[in-house]
Amino acid sequence: MTELTTLTLAEARDRLRKKELSSAELTAAHVSAIEKARSLNAFVLETPEQATAMAEASDARLAKGEGGPLEGIPLAIKDLFCTKGVRTTACSHILDNFVPTYESTVTSQLWRDGAVMLGKTNNDEFAMGSSNETSYFGPVQSPWRRKGLNAPLVPGGSSGGSAAAVAAQLCLGATATDTGGSIRQPAAFTGTVGIKPTYGRCSRWGIVAFASSLDQAGPMAKTVRDAAIMLRSMAGPDAKDTTCVDLPVPEYEAAIGRSVKGLRIGIPKEYRLDGMPAEIEKIWQQGREWLKAAGAELVDVSLPHTKYALPAYYIVAPAEASSNLARYDGVRYGLRVDGKDITGMYEATRAAGFGGEVRRRVMIGTYVLSAGYYDAYYLRAQKVRTLIKRDFEQCFAQGVHAMLTPATPSASFGIGEKGGADPVEMYLNDVFTVTVNMAGLPGIAVPAGSDAQGLPLGLQLIGRPFDEETLFALGEVIEQAAGRFVAQPWW
Amino acid sequence: MSVDASTVRRIARLARIAVAEDEVDHLRGELNAILAFVEQLGEVNVEGVEPMTSVTPMAMKTRKDVVTDGGDPEAVMANAPKSEDDFYLVPKVIE
Amino acid sequence: MTTSKLIKGATGDWEVVIGMEVHAQVTSKSKLFSGASTEFGGAPNSHVSLVDAAMPGMLPVINEECVRQAVRTGLGLKAKINLRSVFDRKNYFYPDLPQGYQISQYKQPVVGEGEVVVDLDSGEAVSIGIERLHLEQDAGKSVHDRHPSMSAVDLNRSGVALMEIVSKPDLRSSEEAMAFLTKLRSILRYLGTCDGDMEKGSLRADVNVSVRRPGEPFGTRCEIKNMNSIRFIGQAIEHEARRQIEIIEDGGTIDQETRLFDPGKGETRSMRSKEEAHDYRYFPDPDLLPLELSEDMVGTLQAALPELPDEKKTRFIRELGLSAYDASHLVAERDTADYFEAVANGRDAKLAANWVINELNGRLNKDGHDIVSSPVSAAQLGGILDLIGDKTISGKIAKDLFEIIWTEGGDPREVVKARGMAQVTDLSAIGGIVDDLVAKNPDKVEQAKANPKAMMWFVGQVMKASGGKASPQAVNDLLKTKLGL
Ligand SMILES: [Mg+2]
Ligand SMILES: [Zn+2]
Repeated sequence: MTELTTLTLAEARDRLRKKELSSAELTAAHVSAIEKARSLNAFVLETPEQATAMAEASDARLAKGEGGPLEGIPLAIKDLFCTKGVRTTACSHILDNFVPTYESTVTSQLWRDGAVMLGKTNNDEFAMGSSNETSYFGPVQSPWRRKGLNAPLVPGGSSGGSAAAVAAQLCLGATATDTGGSIRQPAAFTGTVGIKPTYGRCSRWGIVAFASSLDQAGPMAKTVRDAAIMLRSMAGPDAKDTTCVDLPVPEYEAAIGRSVKGLRIGIPKEYRLDGMPAEIEKIWQQGREWLKAAGAELVDVSLPHTKYALPAYYIVAPAEASSNLARYDGVRYGLRVDGKDITGMYEATRAAGFGGEVRRRVMIGTYVLSAGYYDAYYLRAQKVRTLIKRDFEQCFAQGVHAMLTPATPSASFGIGEKGGADPVEMYLNDVFTVTVNMAGLPGIAVPAGSDAQGLPLGLQLIGRPFDEETLFALGEVIEQAAGRFVAQPWW
Repeated sequence: MSVDASTVRRIARLARIAVAEDEVDHLRGELNAILAFVEQLGEVNVEGVEPMTSVTPMAMKTRKDVVTDGGDPEAVMANAPKSEDDFYLVPKVIE
Repeated sequence: MTTSKLIKGATGDWEVVIGMEVHAQVTSKSKLFSGASTEFGGAPNSHVSLVDAAMPGMLPVINEECVRQAVRTGLGLKAKINLRSVFDRKNYFYPDLPQGYQISQYKQPVVGEGEVVVDLDSGEAVSIGIERLHLEQDAGKSVHDRHPSMSAVDLNRSGVALMEIVSKPDLRSSEEAMAFLTKLRSILRYLGTCDGDMEKGSLRADVNVSVRRPGEPFGTRCEIKNMNSIRFIGQAIEHEARRQIEIIEDGGTIDQETRLFDPGKGETRSMRSKEEAHDYRYFPDPDLLPLELSEDMVGTLQAALPELPDEKKTRFIRELGLSAYDASHLVAERDTADYFEAVANGRDAKLAANWVINELNGRLNKDGHDIVSSPVSAAQLGGILDLIGDKTISGKIAKDLFEIIWTEGGDPREVVKARGMAQVTDLSAIGGIVDDLVAKNPDKVEQAKANPKAMMWFVGQVMKASGGKASPQAVNDLLKTKLGL
């Protein structure tokens, strides 16, 4: 049974179609893998009964020669996606026992296409974090460990549970969301593939909001092809989300193996940071060589406002979050802690319901929007955002098809190692990914190598708006050259 | 710009998050660390730059004026911490 | 003329300065950002979508009809339509505000400056500036008397579209303020963009009042919140202006504050001072893109706009020869104007106006009917006027006929025929009566010859003898001949 969990999504799909495999077997293998991997804390809710029922329904459809593109494929769902009748908490105490009466658009499309739900994965509370340490359900342990050491490492965040679940082969793919790097950074930390599509590619309806102008859903998967298959189902127009585009969804899988010959790949000089580990620089160099060998043309480009993306993000995202999280007030759902009056109830509920990081960001967001500070902070940050986007537009206008950068400034680190004294230390994790959110562009993280301690490192490709296909084509070139990175079970 | 203890209390109040007196100083330190970090935006020349309003240029989608929703108080009340006869109950609000 | 608006204080004249923020509920089937019904009433939380209840992950999608209604209203207020406007979030915590913010428009409203011309009883017309109009969400409702220690929240109103219409501080008396709101309401009802039902809260106003010495800069204002009666607005302004004048004349200063009007006492009182100043932290709603309108769309709405009260009034005066007073009266409500026009069509407009304003309105008021459900239809009233016009009946008989139609219905001409109500114009029939009267009353004949006014005695006698059916004109003519006048 175990080897069933080592299949890629594409392999499993093909075997299911050929009836060499049943979804029931495939699902059972993953359900039992999840049970054995509870020490990772990747799942905050397992739904084995639902999984079994869905698998049986899939097998019935497959038997009739029917079935969608994901028929019978067991997936894990980040706990930020509202799932009908299945507890959804965004890993926050404030959403204690919240059971949505509705299904997010993205997950409903996965079920439409035949996927099977294994359970809900852990994440940083309200997706605020880069290590999955802010979850109300506790941190996730990465399936990866430093060579010869037992110290628990973070899987990255905020989609740490999804990343760990994919890396530990507990599912064939997982949904995730990315506001400042929450798909790509954990992908890089766990040797998995994660793509944040263009803003507007996936509907945000039914996904617990963090920062509305930055949030995007995307898949985490074992391979670039698997990510392409999943995104095909996740993406698409939605009349319920005004910011979701009415563009048809391409057959992303068809981009796998497409020639990258002649593509112009920008290498932004601003991504070369002082004090960046040599190993990061090395895999970046390696990535350039692979793409060049595949016929792409490398060009040096400049994105002069790069260094301002992270500070601008730490104004825009908390500001939006402070408003988005105002609905958690103990009135209609979730936690309520009584107080002496209505204000006392609000204050007690929100103090007990929000963890430290969420509270910090809500407060910073409240401050930067408050009277007298709006222009200096929020308005200025949104202007800087215009400049960041313009930097990219100018490069694309000069014929650049995509950019290649490191995904993270370091490999994974130990649980409890960062951000204890200064929250900004943790924020710097997203220095390479956050620009992409600020400009609304698609970005993919693909594993490209390991550091000296055997931890995976990833490269990021940044594309033109709605040109995810080019990212899949380029990503697969790197994947082919670098090979796959599979964590060895210790759990 | 940096915040003092009374500003921390004011922000907490605006955000409706109870903050105990002994947390104020710690929070002040954290908020100031973040504010110090974002301070560098002051260097950017943003003269004549339009603030971003929508990162993906597109026209806003609209709805037709049709009743397509509602009529399901059960769904609306399903997760209510305290309710009575399909009303949410909250501590008495004095006007 | 303006001196009449000044208020006499102990130390001289004062001028009151008034501006209004009017919240008008947009006429639409569904809410501004959700598909839930806007219907009034309904079981608690039954007209509520998951969006209105601010469930996690819910997103607003704008109702295109609400946008059109706002644009129509802007056009009706002769205002600038902003082809690009932005929705902002106004952040505050309140149990009937599920999102923790109200979606509103702050810096870039959909409608800019406009004006409303207000007719005063004196015949004077004043132009009141409109500062802006924006779209926003209504809040839910808290009920405080259901439970001893808890308030009960119903979100049925949550998310219903409102237009906030802000006037410039151009109003100078309670009369002007009342006339302004009356006129605004009339325009909204003509446009069909708000039903103007103040009892149901479809139209409510916050009134800003300050006083100053004529010619001096504006004084500190107080805001009287949430008024939903035009009469009370008048009373509140009168009281508030006097209160402020007294304070200043006593050497005090006005505190800028929010006040409530107590209709029982006829006075305003300060609202419990808020613990903290509001800090709404407005910022553009990132769930919504800017609202972009095309010139085409605005042009189409403009072309389809109904004739508004001012234009209608001008036309009634110019083309139908009505007095300004009658025209104003008839155009105040669109239904009245429509009724009048149906009656006046092809008939004597002044006569029609007279009948609608006096007979019909009087009768409607007496029975508490509105004109739409009038028992006498425009066609029936027209029929009555036709009978007057062709001299079948006299004006006096017409009133009797009107009452019959009112209570029993029917075709006026048929009723006249069936009941023998037609006036007698046959001179031969009248002739006999007249000869008889002349013969029997030689003294009255002498009096009439000396003073033609005394002929009225004969008129009265003839009318009486004919059962009121004789044509007054025919009687007059005949008497003059017979009496040799
Ligand atoms: Mg207002
Ligand atoms: Zn308002």
